[in-house]
Amino acid sequence: MSTLLAAGGSNLTAARYQMALSLGWHIVVACLGVGFPIVILVAEGLGLRRGDRVHRALARRWSKAAAVLFAVGAVSGTILSFEMGILWPGLMGRYGSVFGLPFALEGFAFFIEAIFMGIYLYGWDRLTPFRHLLTGVPVIVAGVSSAFFVVCANAWMNDPAGFRVVDGNVVDPDPIAAMFNPATPVQAGHMILAAIMVTGYLVAAVHAVGMLRGNRGPVQRSAFLIPFALAAIFTPAQIVVGDAAARYVAERQPVKLAAMEAQLHTEVGPGEHVGGVVVDGQLRGAVVIPHGLSLLISGRPDTRVDGLDSVPADRRPPVNVVHLAFDLMVGIGTALLVLGAWLGLSWGRRRDLPRSRWFLRAAVLAGPAAVAALEAGWVTTEVGRQPWIVYEVLRTADAVNTAPGLAVGLVVLIVVYAVLTFATVSVLRRLGPIAGGT
Amino acid sequence: MAQVVLVFLWSGLTAYVLFGGADFGAGFWDLLAGGARTGARQRARIEHSIGPVWEANHVWLIFALVVMWTAFPTAFAAVMATLAIPLTAAAFGIILRGSAFVFRKSVSEISLQQIFGAAFALSSVLTPFFLGTVVGAVASGRVPERLGAGDVLHSWVNPSSLLGGVLAVGVCSYLAAVYLCADSRRAGEDDLAEGFRRRALLMGVLVGLVALGGIAVLHGDAPRLFGRLTGPALPLIFASGALGLASLALLAVRRYVAVRVTAALAVVAVLWGWAVGQYPLLLGTHLSIDAAAAPEPVLRPLVAVLAGGTVLLLPSLALLYGIFQSDSTEDARV
Ligand code: HDD
Ligand code: HEM
Ligand code: HEM
Repeated sequence: MSTLLAAGGSNLTAARYQMALSLGWHIVVACLGVGFPIVILVAEGLGLRRGDRVHRALARRWSKAAAVLFAVGAVSGTILSFEMGILWPGLMGRYGSVFGLPFALEGFAFFIEAIFMGIYLYGWDRLTPFRHLLTGVPVIVAGVSSAFFVVCANAWMNDPAGFRVVDGNVVDPDPIAAMFNPATPVQAGHMILAAIMVTGYLVAAVHAVGMLRGNRGPVQRSAFLIPFALAAIFTPAQIVVGDAAARYVAERQPVKLAAMEAQLHTEVGPGEHVGGVVVDGQLRGAVVIPHGLSLLISGRPDTRVDGLDSVPADRRPPVNVVHLAFDLMVGIGTALLVLGAWLGLSWGRRRDLPRSRWFLRAAVLAGPAAVAALEAGWVTTEVGRQPWIVYEVLRTADAVNTAPGLAVGLVVLIVVYAVLTFATVSVLRRLGPIAGGT
Repeated sequence: MAQVVLVFLWSGLTAYVLFGGADFGAGFWDLLAGGARTGARQRARIEHSIGPVWEANHVWLIFALVVMWTAFPTAFAAVMATLAIPLTAAAFGIILRGSAFVFRKSVSEISLQQIFGAAFALSSVLTPFFLGTVVGAVASGRVPERLGAGDVLHSWVNPSSLLGGVLAVGVCSYLAAVYLCADSRRAGEDDLAEGFRRRALLMGVLVGLVALGGIAVLHGDAPRLFGRLTGPALPLIFASGALGLASLALLAVRRYVAVRVTAALAVVAVLWGWAVGQYPLLLGTHLSIDAAAAPEPVLRPLVAVLAGGTVLLLPSLALLYGIFQSDSTEDARV
């Protein structure tokens, strides 16, 4: 029995890391899959409206990178579908039918996305410019929808709805109620905005590097401005939605909130903890804003907030990871807001980018920073849900595959993804400085 | 309701074999196309033919997976848990195939193209093989319903699975060769068409022989399936044989468009023969479809989604194939 448990334990760890790695990888390319078509279509549309070849050429150059990213997005997503079953048969066997509907919808979204992506990418010389532009529209709609659908499924894991458990059996499944659970609106909205931000800042970062190297031609400028402006416009909205998400979590997943805020003990009118690490049951090194948390949640200084100690130890997530990840996300979100405002000010005054090289340097950093915020957000959500795979219904440990050898799969996966990352980056670099020269 | 979902599921699986399978098969011929110089035109043809469509074709697999886990969750979990090894291998194969294919197209150095090309071609063969072993495992009833009860090794290392794997590779490459004949001719590359015709003839004969021999394998290894294949499914098996012979004849007289239809139908007949062979059981020898199916409140919205999605999907697919099957003389370029 004990050896069995030991094997199960290492399986659990292996399965978690495998899931985290493949999700964390997929989400970056998936964001580009949602956002890049938007950026490209804006450029193509500008070109069409102004009748200039420059923007069209830019869109076409970008679409080569999109082709590569789309393919690796598709294959890395496929492996996730396999993993849902291979790693978590206990989840899928029991609840697959309850939260399967959004995945089925997502399947059709993938079809539409892949079909029109094929037409768009290979249709530059076969369709009239206007028709070509039109074929990009379904790609965007399908991309945004697929993000929505898959997040519905994830939201259900955080806030399970649409079924009852009677004597250990799942009864009365209602897939529609499951799909539109209370976590869906905030999570889906936050995710779709994140996809646009990540794409915008990443693509802009590539061109900011080009500008810092002295290439300041009009194409490079457009190639920087289009994605950057798009991302900057959506940043304030993202912060508003993120704030709503935090209030939603406070209401429905109080233990996760306690971990996010490193709120160890239940307290009336608690302060907001910024940074800090929990060592030996004490939060050390945090900056405390008096009554901050209470104010954020309810607007009043004297709200009672549950701490981690409101549940027994075996129902608490690891606090440090969640707390620091959350603070990282919020910190980056705020910094990106400031950066966007900098551009906004300068644009308002002189219709131009800020003159300072520091602006471009910061813009280069904004790309990886947005990715970091994205990953940190997911760590907050997913690790903050632990030890549950379905919040307060099914433990992660009870869902994992007990077949031996998951650890081997993890090692192979690490190697494969290291190679894949290296190859993807080198191939993208070889596509050359996009719209360089001019 | 469960039967309706099953028809959608099986149609999706069929489409995956006919379209996605052929894309893998094209990779098989890419592997055997010869050195960088001699094989260059063949590889270019293959690249043009599958470039715009393979990602859409690939989605059929995702479709089958998600429908299965929604409608038949226990069976899905059992299959994935027991067959974790070949499925993981297939998943890695899928990663390698897709990314290597698009990487090869995006780089200009010959040496890099060769590395990515080799990865693309090799994974195109291994992926259908492993998926075929999974089919063999399910069909021969080696996946128990209870989680953790399956034999993670012998469930897929056995005669039926080996047969499934070899047949899958054979069928994929046969279909690919058949499809590529017409593509090459339309592009005015009659010499390439001749080459693919020879390969299609050879593969057709080989697959036929393996299938015949396979019946003997199933007799010993999967008696229930054997009994049903030679019983209620027999008309479909005969139809498949007849269509297979007709395809060889059409290839012989170079009727490349007609042979696409007969060759595809021959494969369809085998797949649906397998379905009839298992009916009304889901895991080969046990777990009835009705017992495995999700309850009605789950199936009803699922069927609505499947029906609505199909209405959206079919015209889109028609548009895609219409655009890229009309003239392939003009270079399809990203
Ligand atoms: C560009 C990326 C990005 C940025 C700048 C922010 N977030 Fe975020 N956040 C995400 C990207 C993200 C995400 C897409 O990674 C998550 C993970 C799960 C989800 O729904 O969105 C997330 C989750 C997430 C959650 C957990 C939701 C849950 O578990 O249900 C909260 C409370 C916040 N965010 C709050 C914020 C706040 C207050 C921000 C303001 C500064 C913020 N986020 C900026
Ligand atoms: C793509 C962005 C996502 C990222 C970066 C992400 C990240 C993670 C991480 C870090 C874990 C490990 C948590 C732990 O064990 O401590 C995890 C677990 C998991 N996630 Fe996500 N997640 C993402 C989206 C999703 C979505 C959309 C779904 C489902 C529809 C999902 C399903 C799961 C499952 C099944 C597990 C394993 C069980 C568990 O650990 O709770 N994830 N994810
Ligand atoms: C929040 C997390 C996720 C988002 C926003 C997301 C979004 C996307 C998008 C936009 C694509 C299209 C491919 C591309 O453009 O690169 C994609 C591909 C894919 N994703 Fe995800 N995804 C997420 C998580 C997941 C999870 C958890 C799974 C599986 C359980 C999954 C399965 C897939 C599959 C199978 C594909 C390939 C579809 C194809 O062949 O075109 N994704 N994803």
